[in-house]
Amino acid sequence: MNSERDSETTFDEDSQPNDEVMPYSDDETEDELDTQQPAIEPEQNRINRESEESRETMRRDSGWQVKANDRSFHEQPQFQKTTFLCVKKSKYAENAIKTYKYNPITFLPLNLFEQFKRAANFYFLILLILQTIPQITTLSWYTTLVPLLLVLVITAIKDLVDDIARHWMYNEINNRTCDVIKDGRFKATKWKDIKVGDIIRLKKNNFVPADILLLSSSEPNSLCYVETAELDGETNLKFKMSLEVTDRYLQEENAMAEFDGLIECEEPNNRLDKFTGTLLWRNVRYPLDADKILLRGCKIRNTDFCHGVVIFAGADTKIMKNSGKTRFKRTKIDSLMNYMVYTIFVFLILLSAGLAIGHTYWEQQIGNSSWYLYDGQDYSPPYRGFLNFWGCIIVLNTMVPISLYVSVEVIRLGQSYFINWDLQMYYAEKDTAAKARTTTLNEQLGQIHYIFSDKTGTLTQNIMTFKKCFINGETYGEYRDRRGQPQNNPEEADFSWNMYADGKLTFYDQYLIEQIRLGNEPEVRQFFFLLAICHTVMVDASEGDLSYQAASPDEGALVTAARNFGFAFLSRTQNTITISEMGIERTYDVLAILDFNSDRKRMSVVVRDPNGNIRLYCKGADTVIYERLHPRNPRRQDTQEALDTFAVETLRTLCLCYKDISHDEYKAWNKKFMAASVASSNRDEALDKVYEEIEKNLILLGATAIEDKLQDGVPETISKLAKADIKIWVLTGDKKETAENIGFSCELLTDETTICYGEDISALLQTRLENQKNRIGSNVNSSQRANEPFFQSGRNRALIITGSWLNEILLEKKKKKKKLLKLKFPKTAEEKQNRVQNKRRAEAMKEQQQKNFVDLACECSSVICCRVTPKQKAMVVELVKKYKKAITLAIGDGANDVNMIKTAHIGVGISGQEGMQAVMSSDYSFGQFRYLQRLLLVHGRWSYIRMCKFLRYFFYKNFAFTLVHFWYSFFNGYSSQTAYEDWFITLYNVLYSSLPVLLVGLLDQDVSDKLSLRFPSLYVSGQKDLLFNYKKFFVSLIHGVITSLIIFFIPYGAYLQTMGQDGEAPSDYQSFAVTAASSLIFAVNFQMGLDTSYWTFVNAFSIFGSIALYFGIMFDIHSAGIHVLFPSAFQFTGTAPNALRQPYLWLTIILSVAVCLLPVVALNFLTMTIWPSESNKIQKNRKKYKAEEEQWKRRRSVFRRGISGRRSAYAFSHQRGYADLIASGRNIRRRRAPLDAVLGHNMSEVREAGETS
Amino acid sequence: MTNKSSKRTQQHPSRCPDNSAFKQQRLPASELELTAPAVLSSFFIIGLVCLAVGICLILTVLRVQEIQINYSDICSNCSKLRENASNWKTECHCTANFTLELSMEGDVLMYYGLQNFFQNHRRYVISRSNAQLLGKDVNIENSNCEPFTIYPNGTPMAPCGAIANSMFNDTIHLSYYPNSTTVIQVPLLKRGNSWWTDKNVKFFNPPSHNLSSAFAGSARPPYWEKPVYLLDEEDDENNGYKNDDFIIWMRVSAFATFKNLYRRLSRINEFADGLPAGNYSLHISYNFPVTKFRGKKQVVFSTVVWSGGRNFFLGIAYTISGAVILLAGFILMALHLKLRKK
Repeated sequence: MNSERDSETTFDEDSQPNDEVMPYSDDETEDELDTQQPAIEPEQNRINRESEESRETMRRDSGWQVKANDRSFHEQPQFQKTTFLCVKKSKYAENAIKTYKYNPITFLPLNLFEQFKRAANFYFLILLILQTIPQITTLSWYTTLVPLLLVLVITAIKDLVDDIARHWMYNEINNRTCDVIKDGRFKATKWKDIKVGDIIRLKKNNFVPADILLLSSSEPNSLCYVETAELDGETNLKFKMSLEVTDRYLQEENAMAEFDGLIECEEPNNRLDKFTGTLLWRNVRYPLDADKILLRGCKIRNTDFCHGVVIFAGADTKIMKNSGKTRFKRTKIDSLMNYMVYTIFVFLILLSAGLAIGHTYWEQQIGNSSWYLYDGQDYSPPYRGFLNFWGCIIVLNTMVPISLYVSVEVIRLGQSYFINWDLQMYYAEKDTAAKARTTTLNEQLGQIHYIFSDKTGTLTQNIMTFKKCFINGETYGEYRDRRGQPQNNPEEADFSWNMYADGKLTFYDQYLIEQIRLGNEPEVRQFFFLLAICHTVMVDASEGDLSYQAASPDEGALVTAARNFGFAFLSRTQNTITISEMGIERTYDVLAILDFNSDRKRMSVVVRDPNGNIRLYCKGADTVIYERLHPRNPRRQDTQEALDTFAVETLRTLCLCYKDISHDEYKAWNKKFMAASVASSNRDEALDKVYEEIEKNLILLGATAIEDKLQDGVPETISKLAKADIKIWVLTGDKKETAENIGFSCELLTDETTICYGEDISALLQTRLENQKNRIGSNVNSSQRANEPFFQSGRNRALIITGSWLNEILLEKKKKKKKLLKLKFPKTAEEKQNRVQNKRRAEAMKEQQQKNFVDLACECSSVICCRVTPKQKAMVVELVKKYKKAITLAIGDGANDVNMIKTAHIGVGISGQEGMQAVMSSDYSFGQFRYLQRLLLVHGRWSYIRMCKFLRYFFYKNFAFTLVHFWYSFFNGYSSQTAYEDWFITLYNVLYSSLPVLLVGLLDQDVSDKLSLRFPSLYVSGQKDLLFNYKKFFVSLIHGVITSLIIFFIPYGAYLQTMGQDGEAPSDYQSFAVTAASSLIFAVNFQMGLDTSYWTFVNAFSIFGSIALYFGIMFDIHSAGIHVLFPSAFQFTGTAPNALRQPYLWLTIILSVAVCLLPVVALNFLTMTIWPSESNKIQKNRKKYKAEEEQWKRRRSVFRRGISGRRSAYAFSHQRGYADLIASGRNIRRRRAPLDAVLGHNMSEVREAGETS
Repeated sequence: MTNKSSKRTQQHPSRCPDNSAFKQQRLPASELELTAPAVLSSFFIIGLVCLAVGICLILTVLRVQEIQINYSDICSNCSKLRENASNWKTECHCTANFTLELSMEGDVLMYYGLQNFFQNHRRYVISRSNAQLLGKDVNIENSNCEPFTIYPNGTPMAPCGAIANSMFNDTIHLSYYPNSTTVIQVPLLKRGNSWWTDKNVKFFNPPSHNLSSAFAGSARPPYWEKPVYLLDEEDDENNGYKNDDFIIWMRVSAFATFKNLYRRLSRINEFADGLPAGNYSLHISYNFPVTKFRGKKQVVFSTVVWSGGRNFFLGIAYTISGAVILLAGFILMALHLKLRKK
């Protein structure tokens, strides 16, 4: 963006939310936040005063006390809480994190209990009980028991497999070991056995097992470097530093074993960035803050070992507190399905009641006088009707499809396997395949409206690479050979001449290498020299190889680039820096480091070369650098142009410049600098002012261009998804500039988009809210005006909003706090009432405001939220879920995304990164963002279509099956006599009709995956719920009703007069049952065949197999032998062979099936010709597309806009650099641990430096 | 770099999914498509076939000769008598005369038909003991035969259950009058009328050297006049549970109006070609009460063809369906042509 925009980002802190600061993630404890302490400087010169302060805050919640090395201390009664009736439990959580649900003993009862909590299973249990009552039983007990058992067993097996996987995970994590002091010695202990108060030792690259207070480490001053990728997604290192006193006294094992400090601190909470507490040791109180705490999930880096005392364990740790509740996710179809089952249930009751009334009437009219029906019971007709009601419920129970739920689960499981098996979602580089971790959400993937994406590690690879540079009027970084001629076949530059090259940089401009090596242009060398010297990177040369630790990946990329081009940064001390310049080592005195911060957007160093010349080197965002350039800079204009070009290519740019400083000038400045750096108040401001004085009249050297490498295929994926009418929101903890930059590079934002910021929409929302308030008062045509769009249509809009603005707009913080203060002590009843009313009004207003915000945001084509906390991410998702009623998907890779992933309807984790937190709580995981399009557009869409087809068919087939009983009732005195054999009823759902529909649910494809991806608009039908809704449901029911009518009445007509070519048994019940059942099996299976759009041999096999199976089993059941063995269970002996040899009966079956199917064919044909759907059209042209595909190549949007005003900024990470640390020399002063871990190999220089300081 | 990549290809990655057609959802498949030629031609073909079958069926059924004699009306005095259950011991005979205008050729089957008799009523259908009918010695108290199981004195009923109890017990004899003076008893077969499986699998008498001892210790059902081992005293193979009339009765009907095969014409002497035209009379021993439940009894004589008896339903249904399908085919074609032009 242009310079005006940049200046806008620095607000007056009092009136406007600060865009740079992450708001606190906790909103329950505002008043605690009021008393937060001033940031604690590394120097602990104000310990006492602070400890006084902190003691004040401590009083209030001093409940959390941890005593080191004293387990019994934590078992005292005051630390017990009542958990269940009178069972007391320590309030300190165990460190084991339980993930599994069952153990071998509890599995059976608990699982059965879980299963019977489901309405459907419970319903069948009730039916089973009803069937055992002799007065009302109309079906044999096995008709319900067999399917129910099958359902229960399948579900139980699935649950078992899931739980075993969880057990494995549990064992994997909780059986990790680390050293814990036990009986005075460090012993390897499993994570699950760690308790609060234990002192533990962690080694390099270990994960931190609990939230611990850092006591000491192998590094100077007990510094400890940690990587917090799991917590906030940032991969750059952060340093933690212990208290001076623990650093001094707690280095030895026995000292630590004797350590008996008492830590008093806040109760467990979810604020990752805050910690307040005190350490009471040897009767002195020391204040503790977040800088001394290592959180669970961090990884120890660059530190050989460190020691700490466990403060929070297991569920109390900040990361666990932050992870939000695990929600049981259900799909939209699930709930729809439930409602439909209830609807059917109502139908069932109505039908049964109708039949019961019919039966009462019939008994009165006919039954009573039918002597042959005498049953010895003297029941009155109404009572018989009542009994018959239950009988009918039993007979018609198959209307509620028993195998529905289990079939749905089987289908989802299969679809999940297809996702796991998908080669095109397999990321070979990290050997990660896609994984459906939840198997119950697949079809929801076909209905996504909103995607919430994390940035770092999700859209980007989080790898910064040096791409291009502009030096002295020449742009480097294109494909060129040594003479500077453009190359068509790019050859990778050879860095073998450079002993320090790390071999990872791929660079294609041979010409630049040539320039550096020849040294023709001093500026080129100067440029890389600047990169090597002007930074706050730390080096670690312990393993023989240089490895850099940078505060931001950008800086790391620049220093690494300089290293590869021959200017390797080797080591630094507090005030020297050693650099290898084309193989020659030189040491420079660092006179000052003018560190980066987000206001300055630049950093400088002042160095004295061995010849005694003093120079200032500076790098920074172009906007700030250009203001400070010397007026006569020859390269000003063309550098500007180069910057523009870089920006268009969405590279992150920095300007480099230098300035010679005379000794006198330096001396004068240094005096001010010294004064400012010891200033006790407003030190930062004073320093900034001093820095400003020297950073002027700079001479421009050139510009760098770093690529924040997007993952492959991100822009294509995003545009595909956008075409599928899915809106993408990016939620990131990054800075606004960075986020905006990424928005451009992944084509979420283009030059045509009008970008709105927090302040813009805040005003809009304010006026809207005012209007709404007024309108409520006047109550005039409210509904219409309230929903009018916020913006005039036409323009492509995007919203970029920071976390602070979110809080401001959504009234999360300030208003609430004020209210609390104001209304603290209501005295009279009136006041109380007022308070309640105000509260209610505020709630309503908040809700309205939230709704307005969501409406507004949804009008924008894309939304980017930056500087948001994990909790806010989740909140944004929740808002959209709540007010838009849309299906949301959250995708992320870090622990900071866990909350959001759990909140969204579907959470996707990017796996293969180091942190696994996001993956663990996600529903789907894969290696790359771009697989999202395949997951949604192919798997999601297919799953949705399959599930809808399955459900429609399932309801149809059960209605067609069951209602035959209903029609038959009219002809048998409403006596709930079944129209089929009991065994047929038992097996119909399980064997005869389930396989084809299951296979369609698993395999059906209306169009191929390639076409699905090519026409994203096909996805829309899922978002709009077009394929399965109440209308479709009723259509299915009516279809089922019609089929059942045909299945009943055609055989009825045929049987009414006479049957049987040999005249035997012309109209017997059993032959009728076989005829109806056979017609049904043919009709239903062929109907499935008609509905199948992807006919594989498996489908054919299943359909004909089902029919064959039906006949096979029927002939077996009707055989002689089985009747002799079980005469009462198998009564249909001989029916099948006798009935089915009659041509008349076959003609009946054929007619019934034809009459069932042909109207469907005609209707399908008509809809296809008259109102073809999108997929119909594509299906029709399938061949054409296939031919096209042969030549078809993916269009790339090579076309880009010309010069734009947008400019990437100096996008360093949130933190300041390490300048403070370097300048303070704390890490350098005195040492007993191996020094070179931090300092590289120049030991002697270090000593010198130590002496001079 | 090249080294590395070649190494990677050598080691098969552990988690890489199989590249099989099934797992990649690329199974060879034919995509069913409702194209106009396929749909229209199938409609025309199916329509024509249905029409043909329908007409053929109608023509066949027309060849079937059937005559029904509703004798519960003719024998109204007997009907009246039977309404009162206390008269069950009183015999009632009745004669129904009818004339065949045309001779019935081929196999002639004699049915008794009942109307409004709900043999398919749930309570009725289950009231039997298949095990008992198999000749097994079972405790019928546990079966569904209630209340027709055991007499108060403890004697079990054989056979038990409502179906057996309400067995059709009219006896009907057919006489032929070639001229006004001669009477010829029409020879009728009472065996071989039931399904082979029923006769040989489902029904067995209890094992014993003679039938009366086999059924010793049990008693006839309350509505029966004689015990089960006296159902056919002339033919041991047709007695007891194995009696064809009994077996046929035990095969319950699908609807409340039904007919059961009673006798077949024995094609000997004058009746070698069937029933000649002329006067006949039915001599009925009227036992079975039907008027109480507003039922009717009839005797039906019918010949059979390959498609069964005289039932026009299927023929008409096929003809109508065929016509409708053809019509639908034309409509679809018209619509298709019209839309294609657009």
